[in-house]
Amino acid sequence: MTTLAAPETLRPPRASVGVLGWLRQNLFSTWYNALLTLVTLWLLYALLRPASAWILTEAQWEVVTANLRLFMVGQYPAGQWWRIWLCVYALGLLAGLSWGTWGARFRTFAVAIGSAGIFLALLPFSLDVRLRWFGLAASVVVGWLGGRSPWPRQLRYGAAAGWLLYFPFVLLIVRGFGSIPAVPRVETSLWGGLLLTFLLAVVGILFSSPIGVLLALGRRSRLPAIRVFATLYIELIRGVPLVTVLYMASIMLPLFLPEQIRVDRVVRAMVGFVLFIAAYVAEDVRGGLQAVPRGQYEAAEALGLPGPLVMGLIVLPQALRAVIPSLVGQFISLFKDTSLVAIIGLFDLLNIGQSVLANPDFLGLHREVYVFAAAIYWVFSYTMSYAARRLEKALGVGER
Amino acid sequence: MVLASRPHQRTPLWRDERVLSLLGQAVFVAIVVLVGAFLYGNVRAALERQGLVAGFDFMQAPAGFQIGERASFDPSESYARAFTVGVINTLRVVGLGIVLATLLGLVAGVARLSSNWLVARIAAVYVEVIRNTPLLLQLFFWFFAVILNLPKVRESLALPGSIYLNLRGIFLPWPAPTEAFPAWRNFLVGGLILAALIWMGVAWWGRRTGRGGFGPGLLYALAAFSLIAVGGWFVLPAPPLALDVPVLQGLNYRGGTRLSPEYAALLFGLVFYTGAFIAEIVRAGIQSVSKGQVEAARALGLKPMQVLRLVVFPQALRVIIPPLTSQYLNLAKNSSLAVAIGYPDLFSVGGTIFNQTGRALEIIGLMMFSYLTMSLTTSLLLNIYNRRVRLVER
Repeated sequence: MTTLAAPETLRPPRASVGVLGWLRQNLFSTWYNALLTLVTLWLLYALLRPASAWILTEAQWEVVTANLRLFMVGQYPAGQWWRIWLCVYALGLLAGLSWGTWGARFRTFAVAIGSAGIFLALLPFSLDVRLRWFGLAASVVVGWLGGRSPWPRQLRYGAAAGWLLYFPFVLLIVRGFGSIPAVPRVETSLWGGLLLTFLLAVVGILFSSPIGVLLALGRRSRLPAIRVFATLYIELIRGVPLVTVLYMASIMLPLFLPEQIRVDRVVRAMVGFVLFIAAYVAEDVRGGLQAVPRGQYEAAEALGLPGPLVMGLIVLPQALRAVIPSLVGQFISLFKDTSLVAIIGLFDLLNIGQSVLANPDFLGLHREVYVFAAAIYWVFSYTMSYAARRLEKALGVGER
Repeated sequence: MVLASRPHQRTPLWRDERVLSLLGQAVFVAIVVLVGAFLYGNVRAALERQGLVAGFDFMQAPAGFQIGERASFDPSESYARAFTVGVINTLRVVGLGIVLATLLGLVAGVARLSSNWLVARIAAVYVEVIRNTPLLLQLFFWFFAVILNLPKVRESLALPGSIYLNLRGIFLPWPAPTEAFPAWRNFLVGGLILAALIWMGVAWWGRRTGRGGFGPGLLYALAAFSLIAVGGWFVLPAPPLALDVPVLQGLNYRGGTRLSPEYAALLFGLVFYTGAFIAEIVRAGIQSVSKGQVEAARALGLKPMQVLRLVVFPQALRVIIPPLTSQYLNLAKNSSLAVAIGYPDLFSVGGTIFNQTGRALEIIGLMMFSYLTMSLTTSLLLNIYNRRVRLVER
């Protein structure tokens, strides 16, 4: 037996590990990279120094804090705000319930909503408002505890049904009923701010999806009359800007309908959004339909399924699964595009900002208002696109 | 055989697929026609109540409003002329916007893949911030918070190269033709013809010999053109173009060219917004070229620039072009948001005409037709280009 002399262990070269190594590898690998880094650093400094000074010291954030309620709900009557809180809590409850019954799949979502509630409760609002935001976190916990109770199966269906019914429920609660005095009707002209932004987006999503699926099926139909109609509709709508469709909906809808039917302005905008987004949804769904292999149709037909069932049970489920990520992308752009209702004179989040800026008390505070509105839009859009990316991975689109 | 012994039965009419499909289409067409007739009747009735007759005759009436972007437009000119000015304004911003957005997107997309961590991070922040906020908000920001916050004319921000920023807009030096210009124009035309000949000749030679390796014809053509253009510049007794520099005279800058505040805000907004989307497309395109391709090209002894030019870009282009087309179309359609900051594009002028005449049907039809024409032309051109670069399959 020979013994090998233990080789002397050399320490790794200092220039390739640790902070120094990272810097060298990622910022100063070559002379032009080093130059690029230095120039970029200088640019960043020149930009960030005044920007941070502005955010911390010069900006007058009172314009936001003083008008926060306007930004959130517009002119929605103060006595009816409890309805909006009810919708918020219902969301927390549903998220918690789904986490409890469906498990890890909903965990991130529920935890995000709960921690958003806690975060908002920590902000310096009045005690009353902070307690209400804390209630959001509490509702998530209540939902989760409920989900852990010993009837998981029934609760699963309950949670699924809850999600299906949630958005119609929100619409009905926010609108109210003429016949029930406890929940009086709130005219749509009073809806505004972030509330209106959300409602426009939700209605757009809810109603455009089925129309979009129908249009996609129509475009792939074997019947020429239906195919031509669907193709013409899709190409016409996709060829014109959203503003013209909104404009048309707000000006021409009253012309197209009989004199006695009067449609209020928010509903007209909603019609415009639905008509517009449906064409884009249709193209996404068509992509999904094309991705389903022919063998699937043939196998289903060989099993003796009639045409509608082949579509409904075999093809559409696969097609829709494949296009969920691009549909989410479509809905993110819908969420951002709701800001265009400012052009037809509705007071969504952005237009409320414009009207606040027209107030002589807050003249010239454009940057504050826009940064605030942009932050809100950004948080929601980014969250949605993040969720879409995770969903894409979870569904294994493009991998299976 | 059991089957053969059965007497032949005709398919009953209500189960015959041909009859059913005809019937289905007939019902569908009938529904569409009925709904259309219902809507048409309502429009007729509504128009009659307002005492209007559908038609485009009103477009000949004098407009009676001014268009800020074009001082030469006279209010006594017709609505039709005003609308044309609107279309030109749209094309002005869309044309320049597409070029600048492509450049910005290319730079940002490549920067996101940079090996320099800082540069990649900054590009990522740019893309994520811009893509997740509404364009209209960004336009408002550029117009109200940036451009209208610029100093007054007398305290203009001066940038190197005689560029002045102030409340009245952006003043740039601009080449102005001198009396030698017409002669130089002949040189340019000649150069252009020669360049086209060279390009076609090189392409023909490449096809003929089967070796595309002659070098890119476009480069040779460009070189020939610039040689003639520069040569002509020095051959002529006087330079054909003189740089016209903006100079403060009294209360305003004279000379050079001016981008109005509205135009500048719209251009910046559209370019930064679309650039972020193009950056993502470029990144996806470059990433779609598999690493093995680069390694194989290097193994064949190609130089890094050749690898990019001959191997990576042609393959990345195939992935990039179709979504790039739709981004160009989006930019053109998004230019209609100009109305929110008061830039007189075709949508904005159309809106003004509608407010004055109340002709909803005609104006909206005209606007939609204009956008549709633009969209269809752009997608047609890019489809032709796409056909040229796409993978040739068996």
